[in-house]
Amino acid sequence: MASLHHANVVKGATVLMVGAGGIGCELLKTLALSGFQDIHIIDMDTIEVSNLNRQFLFRQSHVGQSKAKVARDAVLRFRPHISITPYHANVKDSNFNVDFFKQFSVVLNGLDNLDARRHVNRLCLAAEVPLVESGTTGFLGQVTVHVKGKTECYECQPKPAPKTYPVCTITSTPSKFVHCIVWAKDLLFAKFFGDKNQENDLNVRSSDASNSSEHAEDVFERRNNEDIEQYGRRIYDHVFGYNIEVALSNEETWKNCTRPKPIYSGDVLPENLNHQNGNVDKSRATDDLSSVSSMASLGLKNPQDVWSLTENSRVFLESLKLFFASREKEIGNLSFDKDDQLAVEFVTAAANIRAASFGIPLHSLFEAKGIAGNIVHAVATTNAIVAGLIVIEAIKVLERDTDNYRMTYCLEHPSRKMLLMPVEPFEPNKSCCVCSKSPLSLEINTHRSKLRDFVEKIVKAKLGMNFPLIMHESKLLYEVGDDLEDDMIANYTANLEKVLSELPSSVTGGTMLTVEDLQQEFTCNIYIKHREEFDEEKEPDGMVLSGWTRAPDKKDDNKSVGNGGSTSKASPTEAQKAVELDEISEGTEISGKKRKRPEVSTNETNNHNEVQKVDVVDDEDDELVMLDHWDTDNKKKRLQ
Amino acid sequence: MNGEELTEQETALYDRQIRVWGADAQRRLSKSHILVYGMKGTAAEFCKNIVLAGVGSLTLVDDGAVTEDALSSNFLILPDENVCAEKTVAELCCNSLKVFNPMVRVSVEKGDLSSFGGDFFDRFDVVIVSCCTLMTKKSINEKCRKLSKRVAFYTVDCRNSCGEIFVDLQKHIYTKKKLDENNQPTTVECELQYPSFQESISVPWRTLPRRVSKLYFAMRVIERFEEAEGRNPGEISIEDLPAVLKLKKEICEAQSMNESHIPNALMERLVMGRREFPPVCAIIGGILGQEVIKAISGKGDPLQNFFFFDAMDGKGVIENISYPSLCN
Ligand SMILES: [Zn+2]
Repeated sequence: MASLHHANVVKGATVLMVGAGGIGCELLKTLALSGFQDIHIIDMDTIEVSNLNRQFLFRQSHVGQSKAKVARDAVLRFRPHISITPYHANVKDSNFNVDFFKQFSVVLNGLDNLDARRHVNRLCLAAEVPLVESGTTGFLGQVTVHVKGKTECYECQPKPAPKTYPVCTITSTPSKFVHCIVWAKDLLFAKFFGDKNQENDLNVRSSDASNSSEHAEDVFERRNNEDIEQYGRRIYDHVFGYNIEVALSNEETWKNCTRPKPIYSGDVLPENLNHQNGNVDKSRATDDLSSVSSMASLGLKNPQDVWSLTENSRVFLESLKLFFASREKEIGNLSFDKDDQLAVEFVTAAANIRAASFGIPLHSLFEAKGIAGNIVHAVATTNAIVAGLIVIEAIKVLERDTDNYRMTYCLEHPSRKMLLMPVEPFEPNKSCCVCSKSPLSLEINTHRSKLRDFVEKIVKAKLGMNFPLIMHESKLLYEVGDDLEDDMIANYTANLEKVLSELPSSVTGGTMLTVEDLQQEFTCNIYIKHREEFDEEKEPDGMVLSGWTRAPDKKDDNKSVGNGGSTSKASPTEAQKAVELDEISEGTEISGKKRKRPEVSTNETNNHNEVQKVDVVDDEDDELVMLDHWDTDNKKKRLQ
Repeated sequence: MNGEELTEQETALYDRQIRVWGADAQRRLSKSHILVYGMKGTAAEFCKNIVLAGVGSLTLVDDGAVTEDALSSNFLILPDENVCAEKTVAELCCNSLKVFNPMVRVSVEKGDLSSFGGDFFDRFDVVIVSCCTLMTKKSINEKCRKLSKRVAFYTVDCRNSCGEIFVDLQKHIYTKKKLDENNQPTTVECELQYPSFQESISVPWRTLPRRVSKLYFAMRVIERFEEAEGRNPGEISIEDLPAVLKLKKEICEAQSMNESHIPNALMERLVMGRREFPPVCAIIGGILGQEVIKAISGKGDPLQNFFFFDAMDGKGVIENISYPSLCN
């Protein structure tokens, strides 16, 4: 390290960085200081205020500009003579193809989402370019090395699907604050301000129960000449009062749960609010999204405060009022955005009122925003450390120093005295469908599932393909591309609506389908098994992919661990948690599973984590920490 | 904590990190005053981290002129400013750091830190010295210890691809999260007692556990060599290797430790690398940043009392070097 002999490999290298965010800023700086002279950097994002606490290449004046471009300019100020090529673009764009990737000596990821990571992994495999992958959350971080044929690829260890909650937990039996947030955001907010025509369980529930569909149908419609406060109170009483009463009448539900208590606006608020708050309707009406705030008009200052039930009720009615007064045009096509202050206020208040009803502790707007917006915990120091580790691995990769490749975990609590723990990389997983071309099998009802279901739920969601092509033997069933003939497109569109068994080349039990992404140069064979019935709660997709993806029973395990994170008996060790860390990352796009991590880490208390899975090879001079091979490791995880 | 609340601007800027360490810790950070002496690459990394974290003030001391070495791993010095080279390293770094976070006061103090009296150090909550002599480390540590208030003291050094942090928090009271008997998370108060740098390095080597990082011993040899030869820190080269190895042998004999315990190859790497390896600066500067945040916020276990990183094996290790009575 740091000697003359690697100065040459560093100078001669052409490096691709994907991501110019938290890790990216640190990485670009450290690469430039370390002597790299030809760096390309892709990032589609623009700079936001909440980036500035750690993405040190950016200033307030850069807000709204391209991260990749501003980062380049900032680094050129202290290293003017190197070449940095920025791309303000999505790494999934079709021009970043295998040929593009082939020009690089190594690819370094500082990404914030699973999809893009998987995409880059495939391109690196196809282009045979080594990949150094990274992720951080809070004080935890990790860096891994992926070299085709030498080490496992990014997808050798299956990534857990995004956490979903059973519908009935959200609609009827919430037990945690996050359930109330999901209800407030995905059901209530969507019902009020989103597309009215969309199916919504909030409605289904109430109509189911009351059996008077007429009543439920238009309850969310504002009646002609209805005063906005009246309207708000009517909705309030319906959602937090009436709906709960209806639910309570079904005794079956409450056998093992605490019974919620209905809340009516009259119980918590005086009859007429308007006079108390003065006239806020018009005074604050402005087009600026961020300036309309019910907290401001109610004089609530600190987003860290936990509001009382009364305060939450006021915020609920006030946000509703402000939406109708200042942003009426948007109603009907809004979707929740964590940067939309009024939306966050509405969701916080609604979630808290529901939480109060179910005896769940209330939370501050700051906390609620974090949960609703999947906001990742991030600090500059971890990103800086991880960037340093990435450069060290990148240099080893350039030197082809295969024996010394390491994956490194940054821990919050030391394990065997170590805060930075290097581990030998795993070998490629022979059953990995991405790097070992191992086939998958899919249980599906071939008489009921349409090709569209297969494309959306499997090809896109599970296999992460962008431009898929589906073949049965030599027959093309489906294809996405820019240069297709009109009749082909019509043909494929028709196929999408057909059930599998009725496709031009019938797909039934025993069929082998070939799915290919031309951009990723990734092909996958899927063996079809016909199955009649699926469990709606456990297998909501109505199909089960196995072989490489985690088996569905694992999801149940996750649920049972869910309550409070580390309350299960087999509390995960720091290293185990770190092993799972690649799902968590800088940035905002995270799956539900990722969100679980910060909970675990803040509850983490065990100061002497013994790393059960870690064996130390106790050689006199150079001890080496090794984790079990991935498949035994997987078994252990499943056993817990 | 006193009831002062974070401003709206602070909450927006620090949103992501408040989610890590809480609003309370953020308030403490914004009231803290940090002193950094010796502005090479590792110190530059640390300063960046702590300015971004939002401390109250940061004071830099380094009267050195800009040299090739200073530029090599310090991204706070822009080469074009180098032309109008009337400025010291600290002044140049100060200019860059100021714009990282307008809410932090960054300033420069001129002079030789080891000649400053106790009053000067009393203005700070945290004192960090980097790239200075053994004498300076000891004397500043002692000055900090004599003050009526607790001043957290750190040394940080990076040689070639190896780094070392020393921590003296004297008596440190902090809180951490723990699971109670019902497996519910609670907050408990803890107390740690730290030895001074002098006390730490005078612990006889043979009494230390066998597995203590070899870097600990190697760094002490280099420190002693530079002191004996009257060199400035880092003023050492491959020509010095025979003399360094000779000193290593002598010290090991005096400490009743087999000299093969400190590999010559490691000594060679330390002697050769007057320049810091930038990835190691980032790593050491990052760990130091986290430790200082822990010390100020009084949240979470701080490291006790040395940290080592070697890019060669990739391990970042904590070592507790203190007399047994001080260990807990
Ligand atoms: Zn693989």
